[in-house]
Amino acid sequence: MPKDHGIGASSKRREDVRFLTGRGRYTDDINLHGQAYAWFVRSPVAHGRLNKVETEAAAGMPGVLRVFTGADFEGVGGLPCGWQVTDRFGEVMQEPGHPVLAQGKVRHVGDPIAVVVAETEAQARDAAEAVVFDIEELEPVLDMKAALESAAPKVHDDLESNLCYDWGFVEENREAVNAAFDKAAHVTTLELVNQRLVPNAMEPRVAVGDYNTGTDDSTLYTTSQNPHVIRLLMGAFVLGIPEHKLRVVAPDVGGGFGSKIFHYAEEAFCTFAAKQLRRPVKWTCQRSESFITDAHGRDHVTKIELALDAEGHFQAIRTETYANMGAYLSTFAPSVPTWLHGTLMAGNYTTPLIYVNVKAVFTNTVPVDAYRGAGRPEATFQLERVIDKAAREMGIDPVEIRRKNFVTEFPYATPVAVEYDTGDYHATLDKLLEIADVAGFEARLAESKARGKLRGLGLNCYIEACGIAPSHLVGQLGARAGLYESATVRVNATGGLVVMTGSHSHGQGHETTFAQVVADMIGLDENMVEIVHGDTANTPMGMGTYGSRSLAVGGSAMVRATEKIIAKAKKIAAHLMEASPEDIELKDGAFTVAGTDKSVAWGDVTLAAYVPHNYPLEEIEPGLEETAFYDPNNFTFPAGAYACEVELDPDTGKVTILSFAAADDFGNIVNPMVVDGQVHGGLAQGIGQALLEGATYDEYGQLLSGSYMDYAMPRADDVPFYTVDHSCQTPCTHNPLGVKGCGEAGAIGSPPAVVNAVVDALQRAGHSDITHIDMPLTPSRVWAAMQG
Amino acid sequence: MYAFEFDRPATLDEAIALMSEEEAQALGGGQTLIPTLKQRLAAPARLVSLTAIPELAGVCVADDGALCVGATTTHAAIAQEAAAHYPALAALAGNIGDPAVRNRGTIGGSVANNDPSACYPAAVLASGATIKTANREIAADDFFEGMFATALEEGEIVTEIRFPVPEKAAYMKFEQPASRFALVGVFVAKFAGGVRVAVTGASEEGVFRWTEAEEALSANFSPDAISGLSLAADNMIGDLHGTPEYRAHLAKVMTGRAVAAAG
Ligand SMILES: Cc1cc2nc3c(=O)[nH]c(=O)nc-3n(C[C@H](O)[C@H](O)[C@H](O)COP(=O)(O)OP(=O)(O)OC[C@H]3O[C@@H](n4cnc5c(N)ncnc54)[C@H](O)[C@@H]3O)c2cc1C
Repeated sequence: MPKDHGIGASSKRREDVRFLTGRGRYTDDINLHGQAYAWFVRSPVAHGRLNKVETEAAAGMPGVLRVFTGADFEGVGGLPCGWQVTDRFGEVMQEPGHPVLAQGKVRHVGDPIAVVVAETEAQARDAAEAVVFDIEELEPVLDMKAALESAAPKVHDDLESNLCYDWGFVEENREAVNAAFDKAAHVTTLELVNQRLVPNAMEPRVAVGDYNTGTDDSTLYTTSQNPHVIRLLMGAFVLGIPEHKLRVVAPDVGGGFGSKIFHYAEEAFCTFAAKQLRRPVKWTCQRSESFITDAHGRDHVTKIELALDAEGHFQAIRTETYANMGAYLSTFAPSVPTWLHGTLMAGNYTTPLIYVNVKAVFTNTVPVDAYRGAGRPEATFQLERVIDKAAREMGIDPVEIRRKNFVTEFPYATPVAVEYDTGDYHATLDKLLEIADVAGFEARLAESKARGKLRGLGLNCYIEACGIAPSHLVGQLGARAGLYESATVRVNATGGLVVMTGSHSHGQGHETTFAQVVADMIGLDENMVEIVHGDTANTPMGMGTYGSRSLAVGGSAMVRATEKIIAKAKKIAAHLMEASPEDIELKDGAFTVAGTDKSVAWGDVTLAAYVPHNYPLEEIEPGLEETAFYDPNNFTFPAGAYACEVELDPDTGKVTILSFAAADDFGNIVNPMVVDGQVHGGLAQGIGQALLEGATYDEYGQLLSGSYMDYAMPRADDVPFYTVDHSCQTPCTHNPLGVKGCGEAGAIGSPPAVVNAVVDALQRAGHSDITHIDMPLTPSRVWAAMQG
Repeated sequence: MYAFEFDRPATLDEAIALMSEEEAQALGGGQTLIPTLKQRLAAPARLVSLTAIPELAGVCVADDGALCVGATTTHAAIAQEAAAHYPALAALAGNIGDPAVRNRGTIGGSVANNDPSACYPAAVLASGATIKTANREIAADDFFEGMFATALEEGEIVTEIRFPVPEKAAYMKFEQPASRFALVGVFVAKFAGGVRVAVTGASEEGVFRWTEAEEALSANFSPDAISGLSLAADNMIGDLHGTPEYRAHLAKVMTGRAVAAAG
């Protein structure tokens, strides 16, 4: 019987009422008295020396308040990078400066050169056209391998080369891995591209800076997944404003997928300009502007080798990846191809030896950073593709080869530095075979054949490291931040609760799910709990939402704070009932004394806390408000198995996804409906990557897929009705809720299933030479592959 | 957008007068022009909206059986009103863009714009339609002059498209995955006097007639008739959605499918 409230219930998403009726309050809905508008002048070329920027004509245009250029930011810090990777040789990565506005050079199409601030947006835009700049074009650096040649032009003149780092993991295993390859019975090699993606949140980025001349306080309203992180980075590293003089508000945010984690130049600009001009300054990103300024995702070129014994047991994995950083280091960019990618190369398997080499490269392209899954989709894709290829080469069933190599004993320490606490990979795979009706595939294949179509079945497993992250561990790995989360639970006098969290909801449904957790612990109606997030002024310092961390880490902080509330409330109840606190039980929102019929209601206790007439003031303080910070002691490891069935039109190469099944183990589930929704969205994104999406630059560094005319987002009719199951549950062993996180699984696990299915369809049709096609598997690419 | 004057005349004569002013531009449904203006890629001094002129809108059947479609008839209206008379044309219209585009966009705008990936040009050319303007009639074969180029003079207003209705016809569109315009679209129309085949989306020169296929199909209206033919890739468009070879191949596949669909 499904529950109808509390943990385990599919409570309807309360925030959707305002989102679906147009009453959300997004950053662009914020308009301050006296607000001025910023328009950015951006580089039209990929690489060039910025010799001169003339602003005089623009400054004289109607309504213009001021025109800013790089010169205005000479005394101001650059945009910082939050993660320092140490390379194979023990050297720290090359870390270039990242000015708010270009100084001396432009390094990608879209790099900001100047900003006009005017009374209206139209005036700012008109004047922006009058800004004259002289750029001496330089040869752009685009191809990663060519970028590392000694004769290559440099993106950053002050760096030794275009190499950010050459990372080896685990470097000490390098020789042992090579030795294992030398004596392997079989080696499968696959070269592939994990293409660059544009995040495309539905709401483009917006920033509104405000400055209070009376108090010298600055406020930034911004489309962020982590307002506290922005406050810290921008305050400390860019503008030199201490936290107590800076407030960052991220109100309703319409999707992020990673792209709104990072600190962007426009945020710093609007905050800076508001103070300079003594006027609020607003910037709203145009959609075409977002294509060339939001941090992109993925962009790896990889060679992976898998060594097997004669029976198909994995002996070793060796990879070499080129990871595109783009023109500058975005906030968390260095961590993505390293710690979020290398640590997942064991997958669900017991491969004893793994060596991952990653060369991160600067190019004249938009910076690349975390995008839904961040590193883990790249790891999963190459691993699950090479396993499929190995199975085919060795004549082993793709299900069997995976089963043969599954990790079955937990905790399991991988050779790539993480420890899986729990899991049951056979269980999710069994469940997958059932819900995908794999047994019935042959009949469906025959049916497609009769219609002249090719049909294929692809499946794969995945594992991800979520609940990011133990601070002590990430500190050792180069993070310049802690990754705990926080919650303050404030109980009001009449019994209602406000929970203030450092997590941030931008589509995930936190306002519903978190309320379920807290209400369930006390035994209250969920509607008595309000979730407050997104404003540094009224939430405790927290690290925000990404990496499927919010319930596992933020929710755990909430549990800890609520436990403190309950402990204190029991003391008050004990006093009211003249009993001992140890004898007090809390159930369904009422306190009772064990073994008696004495009872006081929740509301009586909360009232006593704030009207302490009859109250143990000598033992406890009045009031009922507690804060907790939760730092996880491990990652969580959601895992599962996915299957995709495709039909392929041999005349056109067009792939149609007929069905997609996902069997996930997310540990305990708070709201099954919300989890379904997260998986559905992730699958759509993964299918989008597999079949449709791709950011493509031409040889001049112009983004060819710079609008929806050429960048194909998945639409409703591109995706099937999903079969999603999360009944296999091995609860996380180290957080109080036993939850693992579900936000990225769909995007991580689905691309290999789709590509495996297409390759399967082609192989079954006799195209034995086709072992891989690079994503996106557009009709033209599939057709070209079929032509040989 | 840059500032511009805006007129919405109620008669064709007024529209013609306004269009003679400097830097005046006709506005149909705005589904192409408005995004262009928003991106500041065009800067007309004056927009003359044609959608308040009653005689330019609607579908009717002429005495000779031809289907007359007013220039400002929307795609949605054509999808509905042409269905009984010219189902292949109605189906084409009903598959353009999304409901918002279909409820605003007009056939006149599409034909005047002559986007190399647009759908209507294929129907107009394959049907051997006549494009009527305020002061003359232009045969489809003379109208389309290459990518975004037509026989229209500066300021000339398309008023109507007159389609001879074929015995059999079908349009097959292979969608470009992002825009869902035609990566390649083929309109096949079979008349008593022969078959016409028009291909859109494929060529650097815009919509064109595949005359070899027309001859083969005029002799034998079946997909097999073209199995031995092939289109050269020479003048085909190559971009991130498909190579010239792919487009040439698709044109043949879509032609075969259009013939099969036409029955
Ligand atoms: C999201 C989207 C998807 C689309 N998908 C497709 C598709 O799949 N297939 C397809 O074919 N099209 C597609 N289109 C284009 C659409 O059909 C446009 O409506 C059409 O191309 C232009 O018609 P309009 O009435 O909107 O013209 P407008 O945008 O108003 O004008 C276009 C041009 O024609 C001129 N013009 C307009 N009317 C006249 C006239 N009567 N006489 C002379 N000149 C005139 C204008 O001056 C302008 O230069 C799509 C558009 C969008 C926005």
